[in-house]
Amino acid sequence: MNLEKVIFAFFIVFAATLNFGFFIGEIDRPELHNIYELFAAIVVNIIATVLKFGDRTQLGAVLLSTSLVADIQLIAAAVVWAVVVHVTGTGMTPEHTSSVVSLSGGALLANIVSLVILIVETVMMRR
Amino acid sequence: MNSVFFLVLRRMRAPLIVLIVFYAVAVLGLTLVPGENEDGTPAPPLSFFHAFYFISYTATTIGFGEIPQAFSDGQRLWVTACIYMTVIAWSYSILTILALVQDKAFHQTVVATRFARRVARITTPFYLVCGCGETGSLICRALDVLGRDFVILEKDEQRVEELDLEDFITNDPAIAADGRLSTNLLMAGLRHPKCRGVLAVTNDDEANLAIAINVRLLNPEIPVLARVRSPLVSANMASFGTNHIVNAYERFAEYLALAVASPARFRLIEILTGLPGTPLPEVHRPPRGHWIICGYGLFGKAIGRYLALPGIDMTVIEPDGKGPENGHTVRGTGTEASVLEEAGIMVASGIVAGSDNDVKNLSIAMMAKKLNPKIFVVARQNQAASDVLFDTFRADFSMVHTRVVAQECVSVLTTPLLAQFFGALRDTEESWSQRLVALLEGNCEGIVPEVWDIKIENSVGPAVYKALMENHTLSVGQLMRDNADREVALPAAVLMIVREGKSYLLPDDDFLLRADDALLLVGQHDARSALSLTLQNANALEYILTGEDRHAGWLWQFLFSKHAKGVDKH
Repeated sequence: MNLEKVIFAFFIVFAATLNFGFFIGEIDRPELHNIYELFAAIVVNIIATVLKFGDRTQLGAVLLSTSLVADIQLIAAAVVWAVVVHVTGTGMTPEHTSSVVSLSGGALLANIVSLVILIVETVMMRR
Repeated sequence: MNSVFFLVLRRMRAPLIVLIVFYAVAVLGLTLVPGENEDGTPAPPLSFFHAFYFISYTATTIGFGEIPQAFSDGQRLWVTACIYMTVIAWSYSILTILALVQDKAFHQTVVATRFARRVARITTPFYLVCGCGETGSLICRALDVLGRDFVILEKDEQRVEELDLEDFITNDPAIAADGRLSTNLLMAGLRHPKCRGVLAVTNDDEANLAIAINVRLLNPEIPVLARVRSPLVSANMASFGTNHIVNAYERFAEYLALAVASPARFRLIEILTGLPGTPLPEVHRPPRGHWIICGYGLFGKAIGRYLALPGIDMTVIEPDGKGPENGHTVRGTGTEASVLEEAGIMVASGIVAGSDNDVKNLSIAMMAKKLNPKIFVVARQNQAASDVLFDTFRADFSMVHTRVVAQECVSVLTTPLLAQFFGALRDTEESWSQRLVALLEGNCEGIVPEVWDIKIENSVGPAVYKALMENHTLSVGQLMRDNADREVALPAAVLMIVREGKSYLLPDDDFLLRADDALLLVGQHDARSALSLTLQNANALEYILTGEDRHAGWLWQFLFSKHAKGVDKH
């Protein structure tokens, strides 16, 4: 067992599950999407990204890029949230909630791709 | 991708994660700790946005100062913890980066990456010089004078730093790396399309052998020149086809023998193979008769072999008494008067101080001169550091290992025709060489001239090539005129013309040139550039042939023809 690999897989899966937890629920109801979960998803995602730094393998490069995509989408969701709550002052209307949640849905897709690659890599190693 | 970039990323992983975690905890805490309104009533905690904003400036500046609203004591307590957390995280990151920058391995990677990038970007033909000690720097300086590019691979780091201080005209990349390793050779451009040759001139026979093998296997197309001392390694190199093996001892012994047998021819070779830009070598006239050789190592043996000429008899002085089998040997070092007397110093006409110790050689030479002031002294100098001593002593003939190797490498690299010329030289009379030496000495003003070859083809001399293809006649004498003033001949000479495999030595002025002739020339640098203009520029060639200065621009032609018409009317 390789501790580095354990930590690495842990963060990828954790990022995906947190992301999923935020995403799940009706898309336009703000009370179903917890802002703390979005925060946790962002933090864990960024840590997962940093963990892939310096991996020179082909799979490592793909994992880094999918992770970066998830980061961008989640940060965009957070920015939209901050703007609608604090800058425009409209609060979380159904339209705004759905745009925040759909951005996190995009990030979720990227995280699922990461998961698939992780599984493929593991299966190939076990051969 | 760039390995430096990956190295930084890899090393920064831990500090970045610490930074992210500390930030996250700080922000999260602030969104949980309840606040307080101005009138003391409890207020909701900060939102994520405000908390992130606050932590962002607190972590980087501590005390930037805009607080979204007055803090409760609970918030103050938490922010105190946050400040310490983030300061620790930032310090850790910065210290890691500083440690990385000072790291020797990291430094090496940065230097190697930069070097590899510079080599990859070279667009002009270049030579790869492995080993830049005394010999290597002599070669580099000569190549520099000739305007050739080179890449230097040198094992000693300090030496590479010194190279930065040498004022080479061309800006050539150098790196401290072991030339024996294929990766280093490849990085230095062994397979680069512009690499024209490799010089293995380190002072280690094994390293030179390794470099030669690498070149033969990795890029068999390009020539490799290797310097060697031991005959065993030399044979090994020859077995796998090293293009040119330079053995300084053999070469010097050959030259010494040639200087005894035919001084004028030796003088000619000496001038033509000298390092361009250095002063002309002095004239050496070693006499025949009785010779004493001190030191019978590799050098002494080579001298013994080549000096076995009619009219010369030899005595060897060697500490362990192992001389040639059929010769006369005296046991000793040669620094003692008694040993020298026993070897016949009083009747000797020449002595070779050829041990591998500079001080010993000088002491032999001085003792010999004292006992017999008329003796011809050949001194072997092993280290450039002894330059001053040897210059002060002024032996009749000095053998400087590094210089012999450098001269040979440069002449072989830059002028492949020269070897053919020397081959043809063997069949000529001594007086022929004498005449040529007189001509060269008159031309070159005390400085070793450049020797170069040109082939009359479209890519090298389009103007001359075109004129010859159009059946114009052009003689050697016409070509060698100055294109600034055609009454004056260029201070250069054509040594040889090679036409369809046949060589013509020293053609006279009426010799008619043909397309695809290869010419070997000797002269000063200015003459070389003037000649290259004649070869390339149709106007310069026209002027030399007709004396008319034709200008090609339409305006000039218009004015010129108008003027000509005006002259006609009168």
